This record gives sequence, C-alpha cells and structure tokens, in this order.
Amino acid sequence: MKVAILGVGTTKFGENWDKNLRQLAIEAGTKAIMDAGIRGRDLNAIYVGNMSAGRFVGQEHVAAMVSGELGLSIPASRIEGACASGGLALRQGLFSILSGQHDIVLVGGAEKMTDLMTDGVTSSLMGAGDQEWEAYYGVTFPSLYAMIARRHMFEFGTTREQMAKVAVKNHHNGSLNPIAQFRKEITIKQVLDSPMVADPLTLFDCSPITDGAATLILCKEELAKKYTDNPVYIIGSGQASDTLALHDRRSLTTLDATVKASKEAYRQAGITVKDIDLAEVHDCFTIGEIIATEDLGFCKKGEGGKLLDEGATEIGGRIPVNTSGGLKAVGHPVGATGVKQAVEIVLQLRGQADKRQLKDAKIGLTHNVGGSGATAVVHIFSR
Amino acid sequence: MIGIVGYGGYIPRFRIKVEEIASVWGSNAKSIKNGLMVEEKSVPSIDEDTATISVEAALNALKMAQINPQKIGAIYIGSESHPYAVKPTSTIVGEAIGVGSEFTAADTEFACKAGTAGIQMVMGLIKGGYIEYGLAIGSDTAQSKPGDALEYTAAAGGAAFIAGKKNVLAEIEGTFSCSTDTPDFWRRENVEFPRHGGRFTGIPAYFKHIISATKGLMDKLDLKQSDFDYIVFHMPNGKFPLRAAKMLDFDSEKLIPGFVVKSIGNTYSSSSLLGLVATLDIAKPGQRILLTSYGSGAGSDSFSIKVTDLIEEKRKRIKKIQDYIDDKEYVTYAKYTRLRRGI
Amino acid sequence: MGHESSVPLFWRLIKSRYQLIGTKCKTCGNVFYPPKYLCPVCRKEGKLEDIKLKKTGKIISFSIVRSAPSGFEKEVPYPVAIIELDDGPRLTSQIVDWKEEDLKIGSRVEACFRRIYTDGEEGIINYGLKFRPV
Repeated sequence: MKVAILGVGTTKFGENWDKNLRQLAIEAGTKAIMDAGIRGRDLNAIYVGNMSAGRFVGQEHVAAMVSGELGLSIPASRIEGACASGGLALRQGLFSILSGQHDIVLVGGAEKMTDLMTDGVTSSLMGAGDQEWEAYYGVTFPSLYAMIARRHMFEFGTTREQMAKVAVKNHHNGSLNPIAQFRKEITIKQVLDSPMVADPLTLFDCSPITDGAATLILCKEELAKKYTDNPVYIIGSGQASDTLALHDRRSLTTLDATVKASKEAYRQAGITVKDIDLAEVHDCFTIGEIIATEDLGFCKKGEGGKLLDEGATEIGGRIPVNTSGGLKAVGHPVGATGVKQAVEIVLQLRGQADKRQLKDAKIGLTHNVGGSGATAVVHIFSR
Repeated sequence: MIGIVGYGGYIPRFRIKVEEIASVWGSNAKSIKNGLMVEEKSVPSIDEDTATISVEAALNALKMAQINPQKIGAIYIGSESHPYAVKPTSTIVGEAIGVGSEFTAADTEFACKAGTAGIQMVMGLIKGGYIEYGLAIGSDTAQSKPGDALEYTAAAGGAAFIAGKKNVLAEIEGTFSCSTDTPDFWRRENVEFPRHGGRFTGIPAYFKHIISATKGLMDKLDLKQSDFDYIVFHMPNGKFPLRAAKMLDFDSEKLIPGFVVKSIGNTYSSSSLLGLVATLDIAKPGQRILLTSYGSGAGSDSFSIKVTDLIEEKRKRIKKIQDYIDDKEYVTYAKYTRLRRGI
Repeated sequence: MGHESSVPLFWRLIKSRYQLIGTKCKTCGNVFYPPKYLCPVCRKEGKLEDIKLKKTGKIISFSIVRSAPSGFEKEVPYPVAIIELDDGPRLTSQIVDWKEEDLKIGSRVEACFRRIYTDGEEGIINYGLKFRPV
C-alpha cells in the first residue's frame, strides 16, 4: 500500500486552561490543512479519534462537532478504542482512501482531560479497562500497569532503574520538543524518589493528564505530487485485539495484540523489524515502552530493560524510540496520542524534527495501544 | 428434638486498647479497665459491616452443619447497625451464602437481644413444620459517641446459628422471655449515636430482665443452678454478668468459657451469642448451658441448651472463636477514627 | 464506578459476585470467571452452564493503589491483585487484612465478603468478594 501524508498539525500539549475541546481540535486541524497546502473544501471526509469526551466534558458526537466548526458537511466519524483511538482513526482514514471511496481525508485526535479533578479522570480512564470486573473493585490504570511491571520484574529481572531510564530518556527528548508538556530534564533518582502512585510505579513512571490535539491530512498516492515535493507515505498497517481485562490475557508480560499488529504491518510494508529506523511507541507508563520494544521485535522478550542500559533507544542509538518525548514527556491526551505519534514520524522523515532530528531516517513505526493491551495498532511510514 | 445443627462466629481483626482510648481523653485507663473488666475491643475494617460479618459467621455455621444451604427456609438477622434502615440484611446474606430464593426473611431490632429473638422465631417455624432448617444471626458494628463511656466497649462481631431437627449438636430444651417498656438505652431515627440512662441501665434494666427471664426459664423447665454446667449472659461489660450470676446464686466460674467481653468488648447483638459460641467450642456431650440475652428497651430471652454426642465431630470443621479472638492487630485512636467512617 | 451506582447494573451480577459463580463450557471443558455468556473457544458450538468455584487461589501479580479513583478515597492505600483461583480462572480484586510480607507473587489467598463501594450517603451499597491471605 502507499497512502501519502500531505500535512501535519498539533496544538501544544499540556494543561490548556484557555481552550476547550473544539478549540483544540480546530487549532490542530487548521494547522494541518495549511501545512498540506490544501483548502478545507478539498477534504472528502473526517475521522476523529477521541476516547471519552462524554465523561470528560459531557460531549458525544465529537466528529460532527469538528466538521461543524470547520464549516464542512462531509462525512465525519468518531473512532474509539480507548488510548488507541488516534491510531484507529488513522487506520480508518487510510482504509477510506485505499478503498477508493475518498481522495483526501483529515485524520484528527483530540482529548480535553483537565476539566475534571484527578479522581474523576482516574475513574473515567478505567473505561478503557473492564468496568464490571476491574474498575468495580477500585482498580486504576496505574495499578494495572503496575501489576504488569511487577510480573515483568519477577519473570525477567527488569529493575525499577531500567524503567526510570525510560522516563529520563523521554524527558530529555521532550526538552527538545516545543509542543511537549514537560520540557525539563530529570534524573533516575528523581523518578525513583517521586511519590508512589501504584507500587512499584511512581508519579514519574506515569504519563500525565493532558489536553491536546493532533491532525494529519492523508491523500491517495496519485494526488500527492500535486501538493508536495516531500511526501511521506504510509506503507503498512496492522491491528489486533485481545481480552478487555488484564486477568484474561494469556500472559501479563507480552501484549499479544502488539505482536500480531506489528507482524501484519511489517508484512504489508514488505519489511522486517531490522529496517525500522525509529519508532514512536506507547509509553503510557515506563514499563509500556520496555514491553513494546520486545513485542515489536526490537529485542528478545525480557530484554527490553537492557536496551535502556545500552542506550540503544536514545537519539543517536541503534533504534531511537520516542524521539518526540513519548507519552511520558509530551503528554497523553488519550485520543490524540496515536495521531501525534504519526506527526513525529512524518517530521523526522521530512527532516523537520529540528533539535530532535535523526540523521537519515527512512522508515518509521508508530505503535498505539488501547487500555492494558486490548487493542494495538501499528503503522509503518516511509519517505 | 429441636436444636443447633451448626454454629459459627466472626470477629474483625483490628483491636483498640482501653489505654489508647483513655490517653486521648485524659482518663485513667487502669480504673476504667477495672471498672468495666474490658481490656480491648474489636474494630471492623473500613469495608466490613453487619452484612459482611453476618456472611462470615453464617458460612462458618454452614461449614459446620454441612447441609445444602438451599434447605434453609428462614433467615432472621438481628442488629442495631443494619447497613440499611430499609432493605433487609437477611436477603443480602441469603444471596451470599447460596440459599436460593425459597425462604422467608426479616431483619429484627431489639437492641442486643435481636439475635436471640431470631432463634426463637426459627424454633417456632421448625416446630410448626413450616421449615426444615432456620438461620438466626446476631451481628453488629456498634457506634459510640467519642468521649462517651460506651466508647470503651462498643465493638463489632457476629454469631450465626442454624437450627433444625436432624443431626443436632445441642438441643434447645426450652426458652422463656421477659419484655417491658423500659427506656434505658435508645437511639432516635436519623441520629448517629445512642443515648443511655447512666446508672438506670443497671438494676431497673439489665438486672431486672436477666433475672426474671432466667428464673422464669428455670421454673418452667424445673431446673436448678446445679443442673447447668455453664452460663452465658449478655455482656455490656465484664462486671454486669458477674453480678447477675451472683444475684442468681450461680457459681461465677461457670461464666468463664463464654466471657469474651474482656478481649473483644461488647459486640451488641452478638454479645451473648458469641459467649454461647465460645462455650459450645469447649463443652462436652451431656453438659447443659444457660443462655440469657438482654436487649435495652427492654427484654431478655433465656434458653436451656444441652450438648449432644455430635458436637465434638462437628465443631472440628471450623476455626474456634478463640482463634478469631487471638488473630488481632492493634490500631491507634487515629486509625480507629478513620476506620469508623466506613465506606 | 466514580458516579451514581446503577441499580440494575449492580443487581445483575450479584449471584456471580457474591458466590463466585462462573460458567463452564460443556463442549471444551474450559471454566470462566468472570462468567462468559459465549464460549470464546467454541463460540457457537459451546454450551455454558453455571459452576460454583472454590474460593481459594494464589496471587499472580499485585500493586498498591495510592491515588484513588472517585468513590475509593477513604480506602487508599489498598492492594489490588490478579488472583488465579485453584479452579483455574484468573480474576482481579482487592487484598484485605494484609501486611507487607503477605503481598508476594505466589501468596495463597481466600475470598471473603466485603463492601466494595457505597453510592454516597443515599445510594445503594455494592458488595462483593475481596481476598485475604491464608
């Protein structure tokens, strides 16, 4: 397959007190439209990734809200897959073009989380888990990933220091990213000493609560050269599902959905994992990144911690991961994340990643997970 | 014969010492301990209540009885601290222990004798041939006003009895009750803590009813003090039952096995019933136990209970109540205050 | 749940929650708890019936929740765990009556009936099974 990305746009990620959900969505949308060099009326459809506007701001029917704000009456659909909503919206936009139904589509992700108090956000995020059999008992997302972490430490000897290195690396990358929520470097000691949220995960092991939006303009391969000399293409897509509740999984230390989705994406792209030059993976919690690098095939199962000890995933390493700063430092406005990941890959492949720029990045990967692993979606991008 | 087919108790793990409470109010712990004959009391965990405690006690009783729970035809739960003012605890417990839906149920209230009233009710239904087995429970998570004397004793616990005619481990030979309108201790609707009449709760209340009911029972069944091996009275503190025994010419040694109040405080609707459980845990076949409960407002139910040969085999099936008494963790007054808020 | 507790939503699962009743597929023999209404292994060939499970099991993983979701503020810190029942299925719940040394992967636990959540001062009380160390 080959579908082109004409334009990208994001808002700043963080506590955007002055902006509501529609303002965030429109800001990212118009930036992407301008970056693409198209006009609003050139769009054929809109796909919006949003997890929980209903609970965060009492608003459903989010895609219609966006198309209304843009003054367009084209088809507009909201896609939801918890934290993978953005990646799923991208895949639906992709399919709409591959099917021949549409030529140019807008794919956006947006989430407004800070209008609720922390306990309300924690509670709403559990909508990504099993409401009746996990949330009912007072389980939170940090505690689900904490149980994954503890099991990974038990089975493979992964240490809290290795997990902390994920946060340190991503905060360093975030300090180079103007849209990131967190722009300061941190140390391993700071991570370990920060307040415990759900043992063994501390505050700095967890991605924050964030407002933000990100947008891509996709178009069919034949039209790309009309609009840009520097297209980036999506060349592979994979998606898989797994059980909603963590306790129903085959294994607590492997996200089978990631393994399946990535295998399918590599196959479609006609590449192997060795061809990947950089990746944006789902580090909602530091252990998330460690397990992702294993499940995507960057290293053997259980050795994700070692990658950090070796510095392999730093900017300049053999397989840079989360050059944007990841969910950890850029922030995690749930529905927007999957789209923002793609934006970073596009910027890197175009040579527009500024202080984070990798030398000679040709093929990139995005990895977006829903809940504790019930949904995983992987996309491969190429110059 | 009608009697107890299975019994079980439950006491929450936390304890708070008299010294700990006294230190907060600047009171003399030693004289309080001597006056009340109580060392410490049980405190429920934040997620425990009368329903959860009743379930634990009932599951123990079922384990001992080894009957199909669906054969239980009636459930009565007596408490001063039912989780709902309207919505029965007895159906929550019935559902939790697997009784099915073919049973009658009601919650009772008569201060600390609500549980023994339930025993009388199931006895009647069994004798009348309406049910095969009946479950009667006394259970409480008592609340007391901070700084009030009751704070040293208001505790939590539950005891459950399955009554029937088959495989009886202790026969209920007879029962006698005494009830009057005596407002010695009360709580109005929507008020958090109870109030009491101070020294009025003694002679005109507790003692009058315990003595009348016990004497009435002994007359009715033509039994003397020497016919009983053990006695259990309601235990609002340690002093009252000792004094009642003396007033009734009973040897106070007979109170010892059932004297749980010293270690767990006054568990209200389960107080005399946990005393009975503790006594049944050590009684030998052929021995006879006198049980007289007391509920403020006021009344007493007295029972004569004779242990059968089946008791030794049956009571091995569950933990002894002494094990629950010994499995404890102390809390500070600060933690106690937090736990009392409940969820 | 962080908001008003729905009465029918809670009531529907009382039997499975209070008595640890799951489902067993007569076709493949797999046991499921929480109960499944369609056998995910056999799908249309599956035949599910209720099965009451033993209340004992062991800890597969655990964590201690220190930042509460709405409605659980009074209880933090509390441990949550994935528990593998002796009859096979795994479930998630809280651990109660615990000390630090009880929280280990592999520790034996048994179910006990406790309050889970109360919908404010006026709403219904949600009960269920939590697990304590044996």
